[in-house]
Amino acid sequence: MTPLHFPYADHRSLAPSLNAPAIEARLESVAHPGSSSAALRHMHLRIPVGARVALVGPNGAGKSTLLKAIAGLLAVQKGDLRLYGWPVGDCHQRVAYLPQRSELDWRFPINVRRLVMTGRYVHLGWFKRPSPRDRAIVEATLERLGLMELAERQIGQLSGGQQQRALLARALAQQADLLLLDEPLNAVDNDTRFVITDLLNHLHQHGKTVLVATHDLGRLENEFDGAVYLCEGRVVQPPPGSFVGIALSLPEAAWAG
Amino acid sequence: MGWLIDPFRYQFMQSGLLAAVLVGLTCALLGVYVVLRRMAFIGDALAHTTLPGLVVAYLNGWNLFFGAIAGGLLAALGIGWLSRREALREDTAIGILFTSLFALGILLMSTARSFRDLTHILFGDILGVTALDLMLIGSVTLLVIGLLLVFYKELELTSVDPTYAEVIGLRPDRIRYGLLFLLALTVVTGIQAVGVVLTNALLVIPAAAASLVTDRLPRMMGVAALIAVGSGVFGLYASYYFSVASGASIVLACAACFGAAWLVRLWRQRASVAR
Repeated sequence: MTPLHFPYADHRSLAPSLNAPAIEARLESVAHPGSSSAALRHMHLRIPVGARVALVGPNGAGKSTLLKAIAGLLAVQKGDLRLYGWPVGDCHQRVAYLPQRSELDWRFPINVRRLVMTGRYVHLGWFKRPSPRDRAIVEATLERLGLMELAERQIGQLSGGQQQRALLARALAQQADLLLLDEPLNAVDNDTRFVITDLLNHLHQHGKTVLVATHDLGRLENEFDGAVYLCEGRVVQPPPGSFVGIALSLPEAAWAG
Repeated sequence: MGWLIDPFRYQFMQSGLLAAVLVGLTCALLGVYVVLRRMAFIGDALAHTTLPGLVVAYLNGWNLFFGAIAGGLLAALGIGWLSRREALREDTAIGILFTSLFALGILLMSTARSFRDLTHILFGDILGVTALDLMLIGSVTLLVIGLLLVFYKELELTSVDPTYAEVIGLRPDRIRYGLLFLLALTVVTGIQAVGVVLTNALLVIPAAAASLVTDRLPRMMGVAALIAVGSGVFGLYASYYFSVASGASIVLACAACFGAAWLVRLWRQRASVAR
């Protein structure tokens, strides 16, 4: 009998494998639960540490599915997916995920400060309470995202843009190395857009790897190092004249052999 | 002031008071999660599904508490298991389990010689608790409060954002199983006080009232506990002085508190508009 595995705040896998890329994906098939057809097929990517990568494609191209698979929310039926050289699920501390449409219960009685603190839970694990250091991290994050004045508000009383910033603050408080952002600039006000863009630059300067799903083709070259174009669950050739940046697809020979 | 202390010359009133405090505390604290996680239907179902266990225990002369616990835990497991499969929608699955087991309980009751003996199962009898019942209720109270404290942040996170919890490796389904387990135990204590039919009221009404007057989780738990314990004590007095059903009095006192909380909320909204 296999013992119950409680991976929450398991610190085994904090040490990165030497020279391992942030993401190494050799996905043959990823499907949503209850669906017979694969949402992603033959997707072979290598994302180096520190890269800012755009996932570009129309709705339904598989951008969200890929991010969910990397976040460990969808199982890979066939293929292999490694983060910093470890299988998905072995390095929760290092991965932060911001879904496009959060399934968060905004009416739950929790304020912004406490919500941001939940970003520290993955480091705390069972039984431990937040330390002064965790609190300091949360305060600094609230400050950075301009949420200080809203810190005591119940989360449902925020505007859409403020909610997005609160979720981003939580991802930031987690101090993850890999950030997965699903359409973070969709439907937010200009203030929030500015804060998020500024934050992405800040993360880049600190060597974080950022993967951003977007359907906005403009200004990609200013904000990203590379782009992956998706369509119908596969990586496709970029449209003529569009931004490509660094090579991210694994060469076929490396995985066929 | 004599009328306040007067009833407690009797042993059964002292036991009843202790039971009312313990049951109120347990139900209110767990009830906050029942309300926030929209599990009110499950709480009701769990209470009703304990009936066959209770009746079997009664017919065999066993302690009712153990019968109810066995029934409740089986039902909790069944609900957890059914809601894991996608063949049926969760509320449908619960609807089936809940009504069938309740019907089984009634069928078993009808085999008893006197149907009336069993009304205290349906409607509660807080003045009839034994020393053993009190010990069991006390253990459940300690267990529930202890686990709610120890797993406070995990319960909070899986309630507010299960997806994020899953991303960081905290399994929301396991937390849910744990909560169902505690709910089954809590429901059994509630049955002692207000019976199978009304137990859900103790879980839902104080917590719902508290949610109207505060948006902080710890404060919500405090207010809910105050309402439930207060209502329990009120129900005891009512049944002593007016010889009315204690369980129904407790539930109606909770409902009155809910009405008051509603008014407080309305008044606050007026005040904030005026400002």
